[in-house]
Amino acid sequence: MTEYTLYRHNPGIDPSMHVWGWEIPVYLFLGGLVAGLMIIAGVRLLIMRPNARQALVCCTVGPLAGLALLSLGMLALFLDLSHKVHVWRLYLTFEPTSPMSWGSWILLLVYPALLANALAHLPEAIPSLSRRFPVLVRISDFMLARPRIIVGTGLANIVLGLALGIYTGVLLGALGARPLWNSAVLGPLFLFSGLSTAAALLHGILVLTTRGEELPEFADFLLSMVARWSQAGPLDKRIAPTLAQADNSFLTIELALLGLLLIGHLTSTAVHQEAAGLLLHGPYAAVFWVCVIGLGILLPLLLQHLELLHRIRHTIAPSVLVLCGGLVLRFVIVAAGQASHWSSVLP
Amino acid sequence: MSRYIMVIDTRRCVGCMDCVVACKTENNVPEGYNRDWITETVRGKFPTTSLEIRTERCNHCANPPCVSCCPTGASHIHERGGVVLVNHDECIGCKACLAACPYDARFIHPDGYADKCTFCIHRVEKGQDPACVSVCPTRCMHFGDADDPASEVSRLLASRPAHTLLPEAGTKPRIYYLS
Repeated sequence: MTEYTLYRHNPGIDPSMHVWGWEIPVYLFLGGLVAGLMIIAGVRLLIMRPNARQALVCCTVGPLAGLALLSLGMLALFLDLSHKVHVWRLYLTFEPTSPMSWGSWILLLVYPALLANALAHLPEAIPSLSRRFPVLVRISDFMLARPRIIVGTGLANIVLGLALGIYTGVLLGALGARPLWNSAVLGPLFLFSGLSTAAALLHGILVLTTRGEELPEFADFLLSMVARWSQAGPLDKRIAPTLAQADNSFLTIELALLGLLLIGHLTSTAVHQEAAGLLLHGPYAAVFWVCVIGLGILLPLLLQHLELLHRIRHTIAPSVLVLCGGLVLRFVIVAAGQASHWSSVLP
Repeated sequence: MSRYIMVIDTRRCVGCMDCVVACKTENNVPEGYNRDWITETVRGKFPTTSLEIRTERCNHCANPPCVSCCPTGASHIHERGGVVLVNHDECIGCKACLAACPYDARFIHPDGYADKCTFCIHRVEKGQDPACVSVCPTRCMHFGDADDPASEVSRLLASRPAHTLLPEAGTKPRIYYLS
């Protein structure tokens, strides 16, 4: 028998660590989502002829949504800081051993890359905006007339998207004191989760904007307002099955990576086995199995498979499930990771 | 080059918490927070049980994960004795160092920055012992330079078996417990 008594009660540390609340999971989710949007947009730019008309949902709507979502994510990150007035210190130094330092500099590069991607085809997507600001048309024409710039933009989006997506996992994986996070699989896992949520978001946008779809009154009102303001043409629906197919591939890889993460822990030391137990049969098991695996991965996989087989029509249900599943995955990993600890085997 | 360490004799420690009170007083640690604390570990089965009382704090690791994960360089290794310190003005309160420490030795000060034991470096630089060491009524705590073979801590380590906390975490802690 070993009985351990600790005479300390530091806020956020005891009885079990909880220094990161909702802000960090939300930031990791949005960062992964934006990384996925960048990679999809970059690949789309590269595989199409550089100056050809692109699928606007991938190359304009995606990056524009990415700019907004990344800003929201950074706001969440800022809200998490407890010494907010010193945030500018991040950009006075580069600490090569700190994933957070890498991330803060990567985020600075992500904005111009996303903006360049969005600007290339912006006049087609939002004609009203380009009429008001003719400079947008000139920028778009300048870029489209130079295939090298388009190829460079595509490559920059892919490389930075990969870096951003993997960074969100490495940020946690580098913290060896929390056994659950201490795995190299976390980087690829968050990257593919980000890709699946990005594909789901774009697929959902396409489904939502399909004419004839029965929409709730409020959603219909919002969409018609946006359409009237932007005077945008209908999005290219032909890409919807491709996005659903891509989403299923990403979800399958994500499921395999989750399996690898758990196998890695279960075949490792006692503390790692205990950490895996938090997800498999511990206090986070119900949320992990039901919300992440069941509703967040398996059900959308099935629904999108049936959509691709034309057994059911395309709906936003799989998109909503994948997006919620991705968010819950971050919440579960961040919370269970903080609960996992080395001290359970203190001498 | 000096290498400050602390050697604690667990056979002498009675868990009186004088070290805790001295630290809070010396460093003006806010109410409800602790830079050092006491732990009690009871092992075995009655009647052959054993009790170990330890006074714990930041281990001022030689391989500190809190320093390597800090995005601003606020957490750093002081040139004198390898003491791990936090520059309050550079800390943004991201809490990565709190999550990186396997000993949970850090906390967020009510003013927003990460805080922890400093080995009372302000006293050590004046030639004094850390506050916790200086007040210990059983003289179970010893502080000194491990690179000096004539120092008390070097002699103690050479004379009795000692262990560190969580050596498997790979942080190379610098607080040794004589058992």
